[in-house]
Amino acid sequence: MSRTASRLDRKMDLLKMQEKEGLLKSKEGSRAVGKFIQNKLALIGLVVFAVILLSSIFAPLLTKYDPAMIDLRARLSPPSWEHLFGTDKLGRDVFARVLYGGRISILVGFGGALGAALVGVSLGTYAGYKGGWLDKILLRVSEIFMAFPQIILVLLLVSLLGQSLWNLLVIFTITGWGSVYRMARSQMLSIREEEYVQALKAFGLSDAIIAYKHMLPNALGPIMVNLTLSTAMFILEETALSFLGLGVPLHIPTWGNILNAAQDLTILQEAWWIWVPVGLVISAFVLSINFVGDGLRDSADPTQQG
Amino acid sequence: MDTILTVDNLHINFYTNNRCNEAVRGVSFQLKKGRTLCLVGESGCGKSVTASSIMRLLPPLSRIEEGEIIYHTDQGDLRLHELDPNGPEIRSIRGAEIAMIFQDPMTALNPVYTVGFQIREAFMYHTKMAAAAMKEKAVELLRSMRIPAPEQRVNEYIHQYSGGMRQRAMIAMAMACNPQILIADEPTTALDVTVQAQIFDLMNDLQREHNAAILLITHDMGVVAELAHDVVVMYMGDAVENGPVEEILTKPAHPYTSALLRSIPVLGQSKSQKLEPIRGSTPDPYNRPKGCQFRPRCDFATEKCLQDPETFDVSADHTVKCWHWEKVLANA
Amino acid sequence: MHREKEVLLKIRNAQTYFPVQKGLLKRTVGHVRAVDNVSLDVYRGETLGLVGESGCGKTTLGKSILQLVRPTGGEFIYNFDGQEKDLRKLSNEEMMQARKRLQIVFQDPHSSLNPAFTIFGSLQDPLKKFGIKSKEERKQIIGDLLEAVNLRREYMHRYPHEFSGGQRQRIGIARALSLGPELIICDEAVSALDVSIQAQVLNLLLELKEKHKLTYIFISHDLSVVEYMSDRIAVMYLGKIVELAQAEDLFANAMHPYSQALLSAIPVAEVGRKRNRIVLEGNVPSPVDPPPGCAFHPRCPYAMEMCKTTVPELRKHIIDGREHHVACHLTDARAVTTQKTS
Ligand SMILES: Nc1ncnc2c1ncn2[C@@H]1O[C@H](COP(=O)(O)OP(=O)(O)OP(=O)(O)O)[C@@H](O)[C@H]1O
Ligand SMILES: Nc1ncnc2c1ncn2[C@@H]1O[C@H](COP(=O)(O)OP(=O)(O)OP(=O)(O)O)[C@@H](O)[C@H]1O
Ligand code: SF4
Ligand code: SF4
Ligand SMILES: [Mg+2]
Ligand SMILES: [Mg+2]
Repeated sequence: MSRTASRLDRKMDLLKMQEKEGLLKSKEGSRAVGKFIQNKLALIGLVVFAVILLSSIFAPLLTKYDPAMIDLRARLSPPSWEHLFGTDKLGRDVFARVLYGGRISILVGFGGALGAALVGVSLGTYAGYKGGWLDKILLRVSEIFMAFPQIILVLLLVSLLGQSLWNLLVIFTITGWGSVYRMARSQMLSIREEEYVQALKAFGLSDAIIAYKHMLPNALGPIMVNLTLSTAMFILEETALSFLGLGVPLHIPTWGNILNAAQDLTILQEAWWIWVPVGLVISAFVLSINFVGDGLRDSADPTQQG
Repeated sequence: MDTILTVDNLHINFYTNNRCNEAVRGVSFQLKKGRTLCLVGESGCGKSVTASSIMRLLPPLSRIEEGEIIYHTDQGDLRLHELDPNGPEIRSIRGAEIAMIFQDPMTALNPVYTVGFQIREAFMYHTKMAAAAMKEKAVELLRSMRIPAPEQRVNEYIHQYSGGMRQRAMIAMAMACNPQILIADEPTTALDVTVQAQIFDLMNDLQREHNAAILLITHDMGVVAELAHDVVVMYMGDAVENGPVEEILTKPAHPYTSALLRSIPVLGQSKSQKLEPIRGSTPDPYNRPKGCQFRPRCDFATEKCLQDPETFDVSADHTVKCWHWEKVLANA
Repeated sequence: MHREKEVLLKIRNAQTYFPVQKGLLKRTVGHVRAVDNVSLDVYRGETLGLVGESGCGKTTLGKSILQLVRPTGGEFIYNFDGQEKDLRKLSNEEMMQARKRLQIVFQDPHSSLNPAFTIFGSLQDPLKKFGIKSKEERKQIIGDLLEAVNLRREYMHRYPHEFSGGQRQRIGIARALSLGPELIICDEAVSALDVSIQAQVLNLLLELKEKHKLTYIFISHDLSVVEYMSDRIAVMYLGKIVELAQAEDLFANAMHPYSQALLSAIPVAEVGRKRNRIVLEGNVPSPVDPPPGCAFHPRCPYAMEMCKTTVPELRKHIIDGREHHVACHLTDARAVTTQKTS
């Protein structure tokens, strides 16, 4: 205790001296950015996130294999220099499949989150600003959608339209917009009382301009955080649905489809390299997004002094 | 008159955001039994920081750099600035002998306990009272604050109170143990003048009956004229002028004080008066002017003011920190 | 004032009620009578002060005039260059034109400007809406406005957080001026400012009034500020106007018991002037369920039997040849020449 106190004192003495000599300048640039950078977990998250994202995008540069290329001579071979993560039952290179699979999985995660955000924000912004019956109705509807069992919706769509990437995006949008809606709406409810909004009203500006142009930018911070967190959630859901064979068609590599192979008991027991690396990548990616999201939230929150 | 608290050459720095802000830079005053001292000055000049340093309730990234805060008790002097801010001595003083009314009632009251419980807790910690008596006393206190239906209100939570009632509940708690020193940080800014008047009456009662010393922070010169015996005027962390209320309000010796008085409308003079705003604006605390802090806005400023002004005696208990105070007085 | 006074805004029996909702189903269990039967004339070129306790309905009355909250009843007849029209009954197109003439300056310098936009960004949309299409022209106008409130033109490209409270308040005033209004409602326009800055803004408001021939409704709880600014002052209590007089007359000779108590409670910045404070017993009653009769009767030191049952009307009394409106049975009983305010 006394040691930490004296360390704090020394830090204070240093600052006092520097200030006296006029060395310290008020920092240009945003305080939020500074705080984000100081948050180590968020920074690590950002790095991991970037590494995984970039390696997926530039997959062809990192591996010479085609993820769909079947090589029956090299079935189920364990990791080696030739095949970093080994090969699967059909002799496809698992490393390449993880890289290329990332493309689809991340796309589905982001796409779903974006779709949900688009619907949720555009409805929530207007309804939150206008209030009244429109808001009441949408609030109930959003509750219904949020309470609706997702798996039934999935089964319904899959049986109607067959498996596809687009199905997943539609499903994620349908099930996800509710929470974004509620969040955007509650943001708008508090911004609505700000005096600058009253002033715009006193000029008789149209509702859409007030809501979307003037109010929405002030609500974007929390919405962005929500976007990152729901991306992580949707990636996990894609994995889960693909694992059950309800997501993206099996021949397209996605993280979920790679894991799907582990349904086979012999693979689970004997070919660990097929599912352990991809599991780790998924965990790392989801965690990193969560850290980034938390970091964003903290740095955007002015009540978190520091 | 007995001095009960001496603050001498107090310096407090803040070290937030990796900068050093000299929030208080050499404040001295004495609190006397049965008298009210008003601390006035514009927002951010260090009034609240000074007040909370007496209770040793400064926020974490701040430090008392220099100076003394001495509490004169019957058992001898207590050097408050040397106490551990979390230690038992200061805790036994807080609330019982020195009580504080905070600027923002929501930070001082706990939302998860009833108001009555929080008042009783103060009794429990500082007095030996029977449970029934404590309950009665709590109701009595709320009644004296003119909170309607106190028997029922005492069992309610703070969110069920209106803004004005919250403030009064906090004042009730501060007065619960009849403190020797009451520090009131803008206690009535959120209240209507009619309620404000009631609360000042109560503070007067406390002073009369228990000979308490009151440190009142305000920026309302009307309140100062009405309640204060002594006044300390602060500007950018400095106590620029210190003296009895009559002298400060009628014969200000510091250019800031006199400019301040000329910039507020006085009731009863209607539209005939001419307001003279103080020119310029308050400097950035991280980019302070050299020498006298008021120099960029001062009509009397000269070369000499580039040095920190010394403290001069205007009269027996009236001091001022200005090189040219005699000119200011002559000019009035 | 002997000039023929022109009425700019005639308010008759204005009512603004807010529903009070309770329970899961949000049933309406009552109404907050924020503004309750207010009748008032505002003359062109005057400053009308509006004072009263917190929650008595001052802001709501101001917003009702601007139709920012929908009044429940009554008439707000505005004089459009000789043509009198009820603001509540205007078509959308007419309302848009009316908005040019009516503006408001708000209390809180921190929430009155949009933090996400520069000053130019915030101020340009109203101009655009009212037909100023070229960006250069808008820049010109906003620059002129900023100069009118003693700020530099270049400030239009800065964000609100770069300004001090007093500067923001001046930007708020510039915004209110942007369409050339006739009537500006100043809702606690200086209350949040430091005393030393307050004077700057007050003087600016007076200057602009001269220059642009403005009419102000000046809302504040600081009576010395209201006295400094106003020609006439209206005192509100629980949604009603209880007294209305020339500023000098009100301060010299307040007639309503509430105004008397209010005036006596103000601390005066003058040493040794100990006042006979009238201490009001009891709490402010709730506007949801105001006391019957005179709403002030539970706290009034002079309350009589009839005060508990009969609502006193705002009546015009002529005192020394000057109008003085009071809503109190006591004054009615004393006065010789009374006349109900139409
Ligand atoms: N918790 C804090 N963290 C960092 N700086 C602080 C903190 N509290 C106060 N300060 C700084 O200390 C200085 C004095 O602040 P203080 O709160 O004492 O002003 P004040 O005179 O009470 O103003 P007001 O009238 O607005 O209450 C200011 O420059 C302020 O920025
Ligand atoms: N949007 C609203 N919904 C419900 N009640 C409201 C609303 N706005 C105001 N009220 C109520 O109407 C009454 C009058 O409020 P108003 O804001 O007009 O008071 P005020 O005189 O401006 O007070 P202050 O001096 O505190 O600003 C209060 O009881 C308030 O609670
Ligand atoms: S020391 Fe100089 S600058 Fe400071 S207040 Fe006095 S005259 Fe003005
Ligand atoms: S009407 Fe009666 S109760 Fe109301 S203010 Fe007059 S005397 Fe008092
Ligand atoms: Mg303070
Ligand atoms: Mg108001």
